[in-house]
Parts: sequence; C-alpha cells; structure tokens
Amino acid sequence: MHNHACLLFSIQAGGMSDIMARRRTRIKDGDDMTDIGDGTEAEDWMQHKNLVKPEDQLDLNEGQLKEEFTRILTANNPHAPQNIVRYSFKERQYKQTSSVDQLAIHFALDGNMIHKESDEAKRQRARLGIPEAVPSEHAGSEGGEATPAAGAAEGEEQAKEEAAEEAKDGAATPAPGEGESTGSKKLTNQFNYSERASQTYNNPYRERGTATEPPPRATFSGNVTQWDIFDAYQEDFEKQEKSKEKKVVPGRREEEKTRKKLTITETQGEDISRLNKASKIVERMVNQNTFDDIAQDFKYWEDPSDEYRENEGTLLPLWRFTYEKAKKLAVTSLCWNPKYKDLFAVSFGSYDFMKQGNGMILFNSMKNPSFPEFVYETDSGVMCLDLHPEHPYLIAVGFYDGSVGIFNVERKEPVHRCTAKNGKHTDPVWQVRWQADDLENNHNFYSVSSDGRIVHWTIIKNELTYQDVICLTLPDTTAEGPDGTKVNTVGCGTAFDFHRKNDYLFLVGTEEGKIHMCSKAYTSQFLDSVDAHNMAVYKVRWNPYHPNIYVTCSADWTVKIWEMSSKTSIDKSDTSNDANSRKPLFTFDLNNSVGDVAWSPYSSTVFAAVTADGKVFIYDLHINKYEPLCEQMVAQKKKTKLTHIEFNPVYPMVIVGDDRGNVTSLKLSPNLRKMPKEKKGAPPMDPKQKEENEIAKLEKLLSMVREPPVDSVKK
Amino acid sequence: MSEVEETLKRIQGHRGVIGTIVVNMEGIPIRTTLDNSTTVQYAGLITQLTSKARSTVRDIDPQNDLTFLRIRSKKHEIMVAPENEYLLIVIQNPDAV
Repeated sequence: MHNHACLLFSIQAGGMSDIMARRRTRIKDGDDMTDIGDGTEAEDWMQHKNLVKPEDQLDLNEGQLKEEFTRILTANNPHAPQNIVRYSFKERQYKQTSSVDQLAIHFALDGNMIHKESDEAKRQRARLGIPEAVPSEHAGSEGGEATPAAGAAEGEEQAKEEAAEEAKDGAATPAPGEGESTGSKKLTNQFNYSERASQTYNNPYRERGTATEPPPRATFSGNVTQWDIFDAYQEDFEKQEKSKEKKVVPGRREEEKTRKKLTITETQGEDISRLNKASKIVERMVNQNTFDDIAQDFKYWEDPSDEYRENEGTLLPLWRFTYEKAKKLAVTSLCWNPKYKDLFAVSFGSYDFMKQGNGMILFNSMKNPSFPEFVYETDSGVMCLDLHPEHPYLIAVGFYDGSVGIFNVERKEPVHRCTAKNGKHTDPVWQVRWQADDLENNHNFYSVSSDGRIVHWTIIKNELTYQDVICLTLPDTTAEGPDGTKVNTVGCGTAFDFHRKNDYLFLVGTEEGKIHMCSKAYTSQFLDSVDAHNMAVYKVRWNPYHPNIYVTCSADWTVKIWEMSSKTSIDKSDTSNDANSRKPLFTFDLNNSVGDVAWSPYSSTVFAAVTADGKVFIYDLHINKYEPLCEQMVAQKKKTKLTHIEFNPVYPMVIVGDDRGNVTSLKLSPNLRKMPKEKKGAPPMDPKQKEENEIAKLEKLLSMVREPPVDSVKK
Repeated sequence: MSEVEETLKRIQGHRGVIGTIVVNMEGIPIRTTLDNSTTVQYAGLITQLTSKARSTVRDIDPQNDLTFLRIRSKKHEIMVAPENEYLLIVIQNPDAV
C-alpha cells in the first residue's frame, strides 16, 4: 500500500523529469534490480516506460487511479519538540516560543583523507614503500573500484536531485554499483580514495531572534559598617525566630496581630508623637541646666557652719514642686516611690470641711521639678495614697467621699473604685496602706476612715472585695438619738500604722485622741488602748528599728513617743483607768497643731514633724532629748500650714507639703544625720549590725526614761 | 494637643531655651521655633554629626546605640535626642537667668 501511494505521488507530482520517474520506480520496485549504467544507452529510458509491476501490486481501475490523495510535505521535523518555553525579560514570565529548530541530521561522516601531495602523504607512502612518483594513471586504475557509478557517470544536478529525494524518503542511499567500471574515463579527482559517498539533504539554515526589553538597571553604592552587617543578621535572626514561633504556637497569632495593629497605628500616628521619650529626656535635661545650682547643692553642699555648732542643724531648701491646677488644694499625703528614689507621689484634697472640691494625684520627680510626671484629676478630694512596695505602679487611694480606689500609673482612669454598694466608707478615708500579698497572691490593702471602720480590701480577679476588720466602738458612751433611742457612738479613725515585724499588729489613732492597738485576728476588741492626746491624732508611726516604739502627733500641739505595753498590761486594759494612767516616754510641745511626724530611715532616734504655722522640727533623741536640733520656717507665706513630711529612703532629704499645693524638698545638714562614729578602718557595717546598733542606741535612751518618769523630767 | 506637643511647649517656655527643632528621618526640619536659615543650618549639621556619633558608638559595639548627644559650647548647650529616626534638637543658654 505504501508503495502504491508513493508511486501515485511520483506520477502526480508534475514537472518531474523522466529520469526522476525512472529512478523512482526503480527504487520502489526494490533494490534487487541491477543498476544499469544510466545515460549510456539512449533507448534505455524508452524501455523503462513499461512499468514492471510487482506481483502483489493491487490492480486499480481508472477511477481509482485518478483519485487524488493530497499529501503536503513540509519542512518540519516531526520529532522536533513543540513546547519549548523561554523566559521573557520583557513580560517577566515564561513564554512558549513559536520557532522550533527543525534541523534533523540523519547522517554525518568525518573524512580521514589527506592530500596526496601533502607531506604527510609522502611520508606515509615512504613508510609503506610506495614509490614517490605516482603516475596519474594509477589513480585511474584504482578509481575503478572506488568511484561510484552515480558520482562519476551522472551529472552533478542529478546527484543533487537524487539526494533531495532520498532525504525525503528517509531511505538509505542505494549502494552505488561497485563493480561497475568506467575505466576509460580519466579522473580529474586527484585524491586517491575509495568512496562511499552519500549526500544528505542540506537543511536550509534558519535563524529567528527576538530582542527583549533590557531589564531595568540601577547602581548601588555605600559603605558597609560593622553594625550594618550586625543589623542585617539581627533582622534575619528575628525573622527566623518569628517563623519558628509561628510554627510552635499557633494560638499566639492573634496576639501578634493585635501587636502588629498597634505598631501600625503607632507608626501612622502624628509624626511628632514619635518623639515621646526624647522630649521627656530633653525636658529633664533642660531642667537640669536651669536648676543646675540646686542639683549641685543636692549632691555636694554640706552646711560648713555645722562644724562650729554642736547640736544644731539646718535645712537647705532645694526644689519646690508646684502645679498650676493644684495651687488651691492642700497636700494630703506624700509617698516616695519604692523603686525610683527620685520619684514621689503627692495627693491633693482639702482639709476644710466647707471647701471640698476636686482632688488630684501628682507624681513628681526630682529630675524634673517644673512639671509633674503623671497627673490624675479626681472628682473628690484625695485624702491619702500609698504606693505598693513591690509593684510601685499600683496606687491605693482614699477619697474624701469615703471611697477607695486603685490607680495604675500606666492608665489614665482608676482601675478600681468602690461605690456605696461595695463597702464604701461613709466618711473621709484618712489613710490607706498596702499589705503583703495574701496566700493566694492577691493584692490587698487597709483603709481607715472617720466612720470608725477599718476595712480590708482585696483585689480578686479584677474585683475589689472588702471585709470590715474592726469597728472603733466607744464602749461606755452612747448617744441619745432624737427619738430617745440609744445609739452607740463610734470612734473616728484618723491614722493607722502596721507593725513592721508582727504582721497582724497595728495601731489606730482616733479623732478623740485615743490610740488603739489592734490585731487583724480579733475584730471585736482592742489589744490595748491609750488616751494619748486631747485632740485628734493626726499620725501614728512605728519606729523603723525598735519594735516596741511608736510616735504620735496630734492637733493638741504635741508629739509623743510611746512604748508598746507588755502583755501583762494588756490583761489589765479592761479598766479605762489603766489607759488614762499610761504615760508617754517623751512629750514634745511644738506650739502649734502638728500635722505629721515621721521617723528617719537612717537613725532610730531621729524624727521630723511639721506644724500648722509653717515650721519643720527635727529631733535627734540621741543628741538632745528636749529640744529640736532644727526648727525652721519652711512655708513661703505666713499663713501657710505645713501638712505632711516624708523622708527620702536613701538621700538625706525630706519633702514637705503645705496647704497651698506646694511640695518643698529640703536637704538635711550634716548635724541632722549624725551617725554614731565608726571605728576607722573597720569594715562597713552590714544592715543587720546597723539595726542592732540602732536598737541599742534607742534602748539606752529608754532605760533612762523608763524609770520613774518624774525623775527624768526633773533631770 | 498631644502629650509631646505639650512637653515641647514647656521646654520652649523654659528660661534660657533658645530654640527647639524637630527633624524627621530625611533630615528635614518639620517643626522649629527658630528662623528659617538658622533652622536649616542646625538641622543639616546636627543630623550629620548625630549620624556620625551614632555610627561611632555602633561601630565600637553593634549592640549599643546612641541615645543622647549633648554638646556644650561656650555660648550654648545643644541637646540632641534621637528617637525613631527623628531628632529633637534643643538649644539652651544655661547661663541665662
């Protein structure tokens, strides 16, 4: 069938030479046909007109023969791949190329012929012993066996045509008749070679190219520093860490998202807000320059006149802290930050019953005396505050309206604020004090108010819960109500202080001038009661060193120092006479209402008090048991009352608040902080030893006073 | 008014403070209390100095960084606080009473 089709093709292809036709038939009919020297006999090709039919050829009638089968021959290589893709820089993607290389090589042969007259040929011949001079006839005789019939006999054109045909068919070139001799012909070919030539189709040379747009170029330059490299590595490291984290904790993703959002809003925020921290530093820096002399004084100035005075000292005023909005308010309490020794909190309110208004809490830093670090304004006067000793960002606050609250320095609004529903006092809260966290690690604090209750507040799961610890009842006195019913009057708590070591023990001062010693465990009765003052007790404080000593101050112009009674006297305390008969160890009359008294943190015998006529008194019992070492007018104006005083825990200075919203810081001169002389060359005392020394120092004093008090007074 | 703006206002109100300039990350002054030419001069020069100072600090220890730059001159003190690629420059005359 194949043969048939090819035959047809050859017939139909017009313009083909007769020779072609003959060749075709010959090829198709088989190679067994002997090749007859073409072109030698003219009649030969007439004879060839008679087609020799193979036996198995199909007989076709005219119609069938005339039927045309169209075959299109293309130059395409059927085996060439159609799906080559190349990267296009212009479009930045892989594109299929339409141009495919169609070249197919079917046969290639490298010759190893050398020119006859070349030196190498001569050498070879010499080696083989063939004479040098070779007659040209020799080539001819040799050529007989070598020259192909086709190559020699037929013209060049024919060979080409044949080659084309053969290439198309893909069939092997018929072996040229070898034995045939063309003997007589002289070869022009000077090569002496035996030839098995083949001519393959020369694929036309094609080239197709496209020029793409050149990719954009940019020139980078820069110096690489060590930290550039470090940053790059750091960034990469963080990225790796992040990807690790993501894999490990999928739950964190949300958190991260919110964090991302935060950072986005932060970066998108007003440009200027990026300078938040920097502006604060610069403000402090500017203040440092402005108040350079004060800062120098604070650090280095020691009153030189102290050397010539035996038992007197002075106070050097340092910074004065004022705030415009707090000018009409009184300082109601002061508290140093336990972590940052330059920072303190001040609460503002009013002690005047008729002039109650708003309140305020300020945080001032010695590093920036001109403006407070934090400002909280409240609707009710703030009467007291306390910073948590371990979490200084938590502030417990007592208000004039009887409520207590907790502020967090990080937030603007109070975190907690109690209401009438949950345990609010009915009278102003005079003092609040944080306690160590309870067994379940809940923060808790106590408050005392003039409604007679002492309340224990605990923060449990973000809720402020309360528990009444004790009610300051006055057992003997009952007041008669308007309708004749008897009402138990209650004592008005004004101050309290918790024992440093015995956690359960605390003292309460009342408006009636009594001091009650209470325990957290017994809510119904007092451990001890003393009629300490004739008027309201303003402050009560335990000595920081001696466990049995405390100091009280009152509106009756006096400061008194007491010793905690022994157990035996507690048993007797059920008689009120006993309470009356108890005498203080020391009494100091300051000639005006004493707003506050404070023990110094560095000595067991030094304490300071402030009075309503604007004076600060500093005593050192060790040096003088009767007179203050220093009595100094601190208030700026005559009528200004000083309300509170607090020692800095580390620096030799005090802060004093007055009723006009000012806080003044004062440096203690060397005489006011005299310490017992240390032996030269002795190692510095450890805190424990120091404490023992301080207790011994006070104990020595006490032993002199404890004996019949009459004697000591006489002395 | 934002907190920072209030702080800047207070700084400017302090005695002896001659001027405050805020420079963004491109070295362009975005806020100033000084006149134009002085501001441009300060912004340009201080930015260079700060980046050099920072480079020095970081070259010595890459984990370290510059937080504050204080230049005390005969007449003034120039305080430079870099934060978030921004610069806050304050010029103060510390002797002014």
